[in-house]
Amino acid sequence: MEAAAGGGCGSGPPLLLSEGEQQCYSELFARCAGAAGGGPGSGPPEAARAAPGAATAASGPVADLFRASQLPAETLHQITELCGAKRVGYFGPTQFYIALKLIAAAQSGLPMRIESIKCELPLPRFMMSKTDAEIRFGNMAELHGTKVQIPYLITEKNTFKRMDDEDKQQETQSPTMSPLASPPSSPPHYQRVPLSHGYSKLRSSTEQVHPAPYEARQPLVQPEGPSLGGPGAKPLRHQASLIRSFSVERELQDNNSSYPDEPWRITEEQREYYVNQFRSLQPDPSSFISGSVAKNFFTKSKLSIPELSYIWELSDADCDGALSLPEFCAAFHLIVARKNGYPLPEGLPPTLQPEYLQAAFPKPKWECALFDSYSEPVPANQQLRDLNRMEKLSIKDVADFPVPTQDVTGDDKQALKSATDEALPKDMSEDSATPKDSNSLKARPRSRSYSSTSIEEAMKRGEDPPTPPPRPQKTHSRASSLDLNKVFQPSVPASKSGLLPPPPALPPRPCPLQSEQGSEAELHPQLNRAPSQAAESSPTKKDIPYSQPPSKPIRRKFRPENQATENQEPTTAVGGPASVATVKPHPTVQKQSSKQKKAIQTAIRKNKEANAVLARLNSELQQQLKEVHQERIALENQLEQLRPVTVL
Amino acid sequence: MGWILVASAAVILFLQNYPLYIRSVPTENELKFHYMVHTSLDVVDEKISAMGKALVDQRELYLGLLYPTEDYKVYGYVTNSKVKFVMVVDSSNTALRDNEIRSMFRKLHNSYTDVMCNPFYNPGDRIQSRAFDGMVTSMMIQVC
Repeated sequence: MEAAAGGGCGSGPPLLLSEGEQQCYSELFARCAGAAGGGPGSGPPEAARAAPGAATAASGPVADLFRASQLPAETLHQITELCGAKRVGYFGPTQFYIALKLIAAAQSGLPMRIESIKCELPLPRFMMSKTDAEIRFGNMAELHGTKVQIPYLITEKNTFKRMDDEDKQQETQSPTMSPLASPPSSPPHYQRVPLSHGYSKLRSSTEQVHPAPYEARQPLVQPEGPSLGGPGAKPLRHQASLIRSFSVERELQDNNSSYPDEPWRITEEQREYYVNQFRSLQPDPSSFISGSVAKNFFTKSKLSIPELSYIWELSDADCDGALSLPEFCAAFHLIVARKNGYPLPEGLPPTLQPEYLQAAFPKPKWECALFDSYSEPVPANQQLRDLNRMEKLSIKDVADFPVPTQDVTGDDKQALKSATDEALPKDMSEDSATPKDSNSLKARPRSRSYSSTSIEEAMKRGEDPPTPPPRPQKTHSRASSLDLNKVFQPSVPASKSGLLPPPPALPPRPCPLQSEQGSEAELHPQLNRAPSQAAESSPTKKDIPYSQPPSKPIRRKFRPENQATENQEPTTAVGGPASVATVKPHPTVQKQSSKQKKAIQTAIRKNKEANAVLARLNSELQQQLKEVHQERIALENQLEQLRPVTVL
Repeated sequence: MGWILVASAAVILFLQNYPLYIRSVPTENELKFHYMVHTSLDVVDEKISAMGKALVDQRELYLGLLYPTEDYKVYGYVTNSKVKFVMVVDSSNTALRDNEIRSMFRKLHNSYTDVMCNPFYNPGDRIQSRAFDGMVTSMMIQVC
């Protein structure tokens, strides 16, 4: 059962992995790489988001995984060096597999050397705290029912012995000690709060079913390592249950309850929640929440004013009296942490810095994430329920926030902001209102299932007054909303992808064409033409295909071809086998290109109209601004004249 | 209307002639500083009203040496919103030049502005901002 190398080693001995190891390691690697895309990985985000197996595992989840192996920190450092990750600077598949093998070796008590991995070793064992699983090994929704097997319970390195039933029982207690023991050895900036309460809950629910998996693990425990071909089925089961245990842990989580090893790190769900809250106060995610609005909102959290004042001080990095989205998320996160009992830090933690937050959660993700978040149940935790109840009233402020606020930021900025805020709902705020509206549409049925104090309902109640006018427009003129979206918010392109997965006119077209030809070679061009039309009807290409990335490259191939020559050879790019098939696309493609032209022209016209309206609006606003300036100057003059009279 | 007093130091920040912020490095003799500050308040008012006839834009925020006593020198600074900053410096500390005092007042003013930006701060409250404290501490360490 010895399979060939799991990954070619650049340096060092060739790596021979058994099938079981191969599978287990590749799963773990995929999790580390995939999870890094979902969570705030500290590795290069783009690389980490690549498909598993293609690139690297970010060092964040990998570090957690290694720590979960319960080895001392120096050993882990040694392992990292030996596997070559330090040298190359990242955890590629090779390095990762070697590291895992070394971990297994260390757990078996073998010395830390490259030669160790040549031996046949049991699978490395990892004890995952529940939030490691939650944060790092995100959406594994599988197997909720099997809260059963937790064979990953780690044994101490030196307690390799056959375990009887009574030993098993004792052992289930002893790992309670290990998470508490691990914090001292973990790096200081990962503050791992002992989760023994949740952990023991986890284990107590599954203690009964331990015997079977434990027996399965017995052979693995032997340091001599019998040939893994023998218990070939068992390592697989072990690995499968390893995976299941991750999903169990995640599933047993409260979503926002505790952030054990990194209290200042914002998880994906938290991030979405904060973004939703931001939108409830301020539809435009690239703009600011003014101080008074934020104050009212945060005051609902029932923290003391000095604490809130301090939190504001920490999170408003540029001290402008207003919160941008990353600042808002940081502030919200600090508030939630404080309510959970964490002491406020002395300075803003690096993971809450605005630059970090913007890098970790780039904007386009928000729009899609927004819809994703509404498809999951909103976290309804104890802590947040308090906020929810208070926030019922905060939504009244939603209508108020266009009021320009006081001080240092400057009246101009505020006036402009407020004016544009008003203008947005009045005019063509489709994209800002429509995600909100579609969210609120989605949220309406869901809000009924919660108490009347749910956030969505409160948000929606506040939503209704300002935004009714745009809604009918949205449904009628989708194409125009597209263009105006682009005009208003070029920085949020993906909103349209959420709005119009294909524009309404397009889907019927490919279908009759497909049924016409009915050859597989056509299917590709048709499908690709659909997104290409979508792209053409919206001036910016990057918007639409956000939700259809695979078709993007093919589409680009098509467009020059479509437009360069009316005689199409699209299928040749796809590699269609039939020369017959290439004849047929010609008339249909010509039809489509003319339709595309019409669509483009209508889009251009609508754009021009929008431009005119906006220009008019702009001039009006400028006028207002000038008037306000003059008023202000007049008032200041009056003040000066009155000054000697006033008592200082 | 606020006062800030930095002495050899003490820092007192006053609003409408009652203190917003008080800080002194040698913590004894605070009462003496309070007394000096109150007397210097009158001097500040005098300077302001004297210049008040001129246009506000021409009025300097930095008031300079308010009055010297044998032990101490008192410097004043006023913002456009009538918040007064008073700094009391030991006379023996001759290394301090006017520029440095000006820069210290500027820093104080900036920090005060940041405090005001905080929506949870109500004008008239005592200032409890940690950032402000930190800034004042560093300034006073630098001076003494």
